[in-house]
Parts: sequence; C-alpha cells; structure tokens
Amino acid sequence: MKTTAKVWKLEKISKTTIALAGNPNSGKTTLFNAITGARQHVGNYPGITVERKEGSITIKNTRVKLIDLPGTYSLSAYSQEELVARNFLIDEKPDIVVDIVDATMLERHLYLAVQFFELGIPVVLAMNMMDDVKKQGLRIDKQKLSKLLNCPIVETIARTGQGKLELLEVAINEAKDKKKPWVPLKISYGTDIDLALDEMEKIILDHQFMTNRYPARWIALKYLENDSEIIRLGQQDSQVAEQLMVIIENVREHCLKTLNIPPEAIIADYRYGLINSILKQNIIIQEKPRHERIEFTTKLDRFLVNRYLGPVLMVAILYAMFQITFSLGEIPMGWLESFFAWISTSATKLIPEGLLQSLVVSGIIDGVGGVMGFVPLIAIMFLMISFLEDSGYMARVAYMLDRVLRIFGLHGYSAMPFIISGGIAGGCAVPGVMATRTLRSPKEKLATLLTAPFMPCGAKLPVFMLLVAAFFSEYKAQMMFSITLFAWVMALLVAKLVRSTIIRGKSTPFIMELPPYRLPTLRGIYIHTWERTWQYIKKAGTVILAVSILLWAAMTFPSLPEGQVNQFAAERQAISSSIQDNTKRELALLEISNHEGQTALRYSLAGRIGSSLEPLSQLAGFDWRTNIALVGGFAAKEVIVSTFGTAYSLGDVDPESADTLSSRIAVDPSWNKFTALSMIVFVLLYAPCVVTVVAMAKESSWRWAIFATVFNTTIGFGMAVAIYQIGTKLFI
Amino acid sequence: MPKSLRQVTTGTKAKIISVTAQGEIGRRLRDMGLSPGTEIEVLGRAPLKDPVSLRLKNYTLTLRNSEADYITVEGLESCNENNS
Repeated sequence: MKTTAKVWKLEKISKTTIALAGNPNSGKTTLFNAITGARQHVGNYPGITVERKEGSITIKNTRVKLIDLPGTYSLSAYSQEELVARNFLIDEKPDIVVDIVDATMLERHLYLAVQFFELGIPVVLAMNMMDDVKKQGLRIDKQKLSKLLNCPIVETIARTGQGKLELLEVAINEAKDKKKPWVPLKISYGTDIDLALDEMEKIILDHQFMTNRYPARWIALKYLENDSEIIRLGQQDSQVAEQLMVIIENVREHCLKTLNIPPEAIIADYRYGLINSILKQNIIIQEKPRHERIEFTTKLDRFLVNRYLGPVLMVAILYAMFQITFSLGEIPMGWLESFFAWISTSATKLIPEGLLQSLVVSGIIDGVGGVMGFVPLIAIMFLMISFLEDSGYMARVAYMLDRVLRIFGLHGYSAMPFIISGGIAGGCAVPGVMATRTLRSPKEKLATLLTAPFMPCGAKLPVFMLLVAAFFSEYKAQMMFSITLFAWVMALLVAKLVRSTIIRGKSTPFIMELPPYRLPTLRGIYIHTWERTWQYIKKAGTVILAVSILLWAAMTFPSLPEGQVNQFAAERQAISSSIQDNTKRELALLEISNHEGQTALRYSLAGRIGSSLEPLSQLAGFDWRTNIALVGGFAAKEVIVSTFGTAYSLGDVDPESADTLSSRIAVDPSWNKFTALSMIVFVLLYAPCVVTVVAMAKESSWRWAIFATVFNTTIGFGMAVAIYQIGTKLFI
Repeated sequence: MPKSLRQVTTGTKAKIISVTAQGEIGRRLRDMGLSPGTEIEVLGRAPLKDPVSLRLKNYTLTLRNSEADYITVEGLESCNENNS
C-alpha cells in the first residue's frame, strides 16, 4: 500500500472499484499483474472454488480497487467462472468494467463486450495485444470503433505494461461520470424476439420481478436464452415465472418451426451480426501482408500437435521437464538438508537431554525439515508447469490426450491434474487436486480428483528408491519406470470403475481454445510459481508440524516402565565393566541402545497400534514396524522412510540417503521381493496424505475426501495382498 | 453441398450453415464464435482422429467429433497457398 497525500493536503481521496473482465488468454491476468505488481492477494469466493484476485493501487488521489475476474467467453453461465463473474458484476456493482479484448481476435472477443452492453454496466475496452496487431500488419481504427460501440477504448500491451496508466485514467474518469443507473443497450434480435422481449419486459416491470437485482429487459433476454440460473431464481415468484414461460414456449415453438433454431441461437446470431456490421465499416485495415506470430503458432503446431510426432514430442517434453526438476532441485535440497541438520545439532546442544530435546529435535525439526526439504523441488516443478501453462502448451496436451482419457470416463482437462500430481514421477497431489478446477463436469472432476493421488508424487519416491535399492538394484531405472506406468494404469482403470458405477454420467463436451504460443512473462511465471509454492509451504508447515508432534508423542508415550529401563541400565553397566576393548564395547552398547529403543517403541502407543494391525497387515506382508511407518505416512508420505528408520532402530535416518536402511532391510528375514513389491504398490495407492485430503475436501466435499481415503486404502491393500499372497505362494 | 463438420477433410475450408445444438452445448459453441456464415478451416486432428482443431475468426478452436456433428457446413474451395 502506498502512503498518499500529505496531511495538509485537503483533497479527499475518492475510491473506485474496477473489475477486470475478458476472455481467457486475453492477457487479463498479465495486465492485472502489471498494474498491481506484487501487491495483490488471492481471495476466495465463499463456497465457490473459483478464485478471484484483488489488488489495489492509488493514482492521483483515487484509491483504485482492482478485481481480476475469472476469464469468460460469455456471460451465459455455462461454466462456474462465468457465473462467478456475472454475479459479481450484478451484486457488487463495480464502478466500471474494464473488458480486455485481444485485438487480433476482435470478432470473438467483442461478443463478451456486447453482453456487457446488454447488461448496461459501464465499460471501458482495453484493446490488448497491440504489438501482435502490428506484427500481423493490421491497423485498427480505434476512434471509429469507439464511436460505433459508444464506449471508450484504450490500446494496451499488457506484456510490457504499455497503456496501463492511460487505461486506469480513462477508467477512473468514466467511473466518475457514470455514477448513475445502468443503461442497458437495446439490440434488435429480429421481430419475433423483439416483440416477445417487449411483452415480457412489461410483465417484469409491472410485477417488480427480480428487478431489484437485474435490469428488466435483461431478465427477459435471459429467460429467452434459457438461462438455467435466472429461471431457477425466477421460480420464487412462480406466477410471473409461469406467465413468462408461456411467452417463451410460444416463441421457441415459432422459431423452431419457421427457422429450425431455438431463440438463444437467434439471439447469438444477432449479436454476431451486430459485431460484424460494426467491424465491416473498415475498422480493421490490412496494411501489410500478414506474417509472424500466428504463422509461428501454426508452424509450431505442425510439429507439436502432429498426429504422429505430437505424442512423441509430448512425452519427450514432459520427461525433460522432470529430468530438469530433479537434477536442478538436488542442489538447493542439499542446502536445506544441511541447514536443517545444523539446526538439529544446535538444538541438541542447546536443549538439555530429555523429553523436550526429543520433541524439538525428532518431532518438530526432523518432521517439518523433512517436508520443507522438498520445497525447492516443488518450486522448480511448478516453475516448469507454469511455463508450460503460460506458453500455451498445456492446452495442446489436453487436446492430444482427450480421446484417450475419454475412454476411461475422464476429460482432456484431466491430463494436467495427473501430470502435476506426479504423472512422470515427482509432482505433488495437492496442486494436482487444485488443478481439477478446470474440469467443468462435477463427475469428471470427481473421478480425476479421486485418482490423481495415485501418481508417484515426490514424497513417495524415497520409499520406492529405498525398496528398489534393497531388492531390485539391478533394475533400478526399469522399476521406477514401471511404477510410474503402473500408477497411470491404475488411475485410468479406477477412474473407469468409478465412472461406470458410483459416479456414472455422460461425458461433457470438449470445446477448447488453443491459444497462440507466447513466451511467458517473467513476472507471470514468478507470481504463478510463488503462489503455488507458498500454498504448499503454508499447508505443509501447519499440518505437518501438528502431525509431527502427534507422531512423536505416539512413538514416545507411554514410555517403558521403570523396571525395564533399569534392566537396560544394568545390562549397560555390566558391559561397560566386562568388555575391555573400546570399539567392541561401543558396539555392544549400541546394540543395547537399539534394543531398548525398539522395546520402547513397541511399548508406545504407535507400537501398540502397529502391533494391533499386524494380524491384518500380515496378509500383505507388513509387520508392526512397517505399520507405524505407513500410518505415519498418512500425515505425509515423506514420513514413511524416516519413521521406518526409527522403527528399525537405526536412530536418525536421512530420507534422502536411505542406503544403510536399505541394506538392513535387504538382509532382514521378514522381507523378500514380494514384501517389497507389495509395499511399493500399497504406498503408491493408499490414502492420500492429510494435506491432499484437505485440498480434496476443498475442491469437492468432506464426504468425498473421506471416501477417497477409505476407498484408495482399500484398493491399495487389496492389490498389496494379492501381490504378496500370489507371489509368495507361487515363487517362494 | 451441406455436410457435417466431422466430414470436412483436414486442410480444407468450409462455411458454417447452421449449428443445431441446443441447450448448453449449443450456447457454448455459439459463445466460441461458431455462428452461421463463419468461415472455418480444419487444421488437423488429434492422434486418435478426435478431437479436431479448427481455425476461425483468427483463432484456433478444438472440439470433439461428437460436437462437430451439430455443425453443418458447406465446403469452400481449399486455398492453394499452404497445407502439405
């Protein structure tokens, strides 16, 4: 926030609310970021998962509140974004709407503008991408267009921020002028519809039918357009609604009979007709032969979405992405690791030995540190994903995969959540689950939501690496690849299963724009990456801190009864006095400490839980120590390896270098190849971590989040049991 | 001769005659600029021949064949400048 106006300056600060609206890919968010810089915060609409952003800036004694509405093609309430945008405009009545249009696609982008005019809300057009217009050899007659549309127009280049100040000034001025009731634009939609509109408008005005919220003619128009939201709201005054419905039925029947199209199609045609009649008046002038960006996109698409080459390149790009993430992420991860190790040793030195030290070091620092260690990896991955999204490539991935995903009851838009969740090993299901927002159909969204956590996320990888190193060291690469492949197969099959049973339903249409390729702006990528990473840090920080403490307590209490502790002390005493050789004595003492640690663990609450689950978990080959690790893994999958280490009485085990633990397991008689396989499969499939479950509840409901926890665990356990039983019976 | 958009061969142009879809799909198709009189060019098809990508109103749109079925077009002479 800026401190403005010195005290002695008596000028009053006025306030203006500006809503930024526009089609997706119109450069809306880029412009928003350019205006507000890093000063915005992300806010949620209560109950609705679509986010809106707010920012503020002070210009010439005017405090401007800027709201970035979700991108919409229309105000037709087809998607949740459109509904959110529409309701915001109607209910919160911003002083002015800045409609950002891509000047290279005026015809389509003006369709939204016309709908703002119909609503009557004051509008300023930001004609964006003027650099592209120039590159395409075009010139746009701004004055004439502004006059014909009866709306101020400002040319902008959002990427460079050009025109943003002029835009704000014009918008503020307009907002001042127009502090008066909205004036809806009356468009002719042909005689049949116009007559019906007149008749309906009269009825609506006579009965004050929802007129406190919407303009009368606009209500009539929405009724004719068969707008489900308005019709639903209209039910409250069923008498008027019925009158309107009769008129609509007549018009619909008439239109279908004479023209074979419904009224809403006629209305749309007239809107386009209006736009075309304006654009035909020499608004767009081709000055030079066109070339550059559009050609560039078409050329690039010839390879990137080629029927044969496209999929190959897609796999190569995604593979490269994760390669880079891992090789680049390793370096800062090492730093963080040493940093937390340093804190850990410092804390050990500072705090006297005892429960408090144990809580701080093993509970808090190790638990939170283990998760925070993944932040660089996650940040780099998000950076890559943001790059793919902002450049326009993600839309192509959805396009290429749609047909395949549809077979399994999913949608092209399911591809991104899968990939983010770890589709090529090493993502995170939390942002993956959040990415399901783009799915329009609640059923397809649910199916994606339920199966995305199957992907081998970055936190599961250490477990796989540990077990693969112990039992399949000759086939490391092949095994890791097979695990990823298996995750995809399971995700698709389970999606198919739920889509043909509990969430059965038709597939929703796939109608998607392929935006031109653009080099993403640094600021856009930075903000995008930071927002997601911060969300991860925040949630991981809070939830995992709490769970780490709980887990620590469960593994510490109740502590061994005094008698047993004394017994171990006595044993130690005996060894100290009987063995002379220093190294031998150390070893023997260590042996006793390990034994004591293990006995204490078994005696603790976690140990008891682990033991009580043993009869069941033995079916899959898991003993009580594995159970503790797996229960802990529900908090965060990162916890599995570290808990495993503690449970196998090795003291501190670093999840990144699991070598010692792995060799220990390899020779443990209770383990074999099939125990390892069974555990790999179980860890891959079982309950998503707590943070993911919270994200799932936010995206769907608690019921579904809990369902996923139980359902995924059941599937995981079933598969694990099958592998272990069949494997051990047949091959051992 | 009028035909479904599904039948338009890759690399050729056509003009939309009518969009028969009603309800939500119809509205969405029109929102995206698929209105009668609009010229389109079929750019290509995804690996399994579905969805299809189109060029219209100076932008690229993709939709499934099942949505393309709602759109009746009449073929235009394919432009000779590009398309391999």
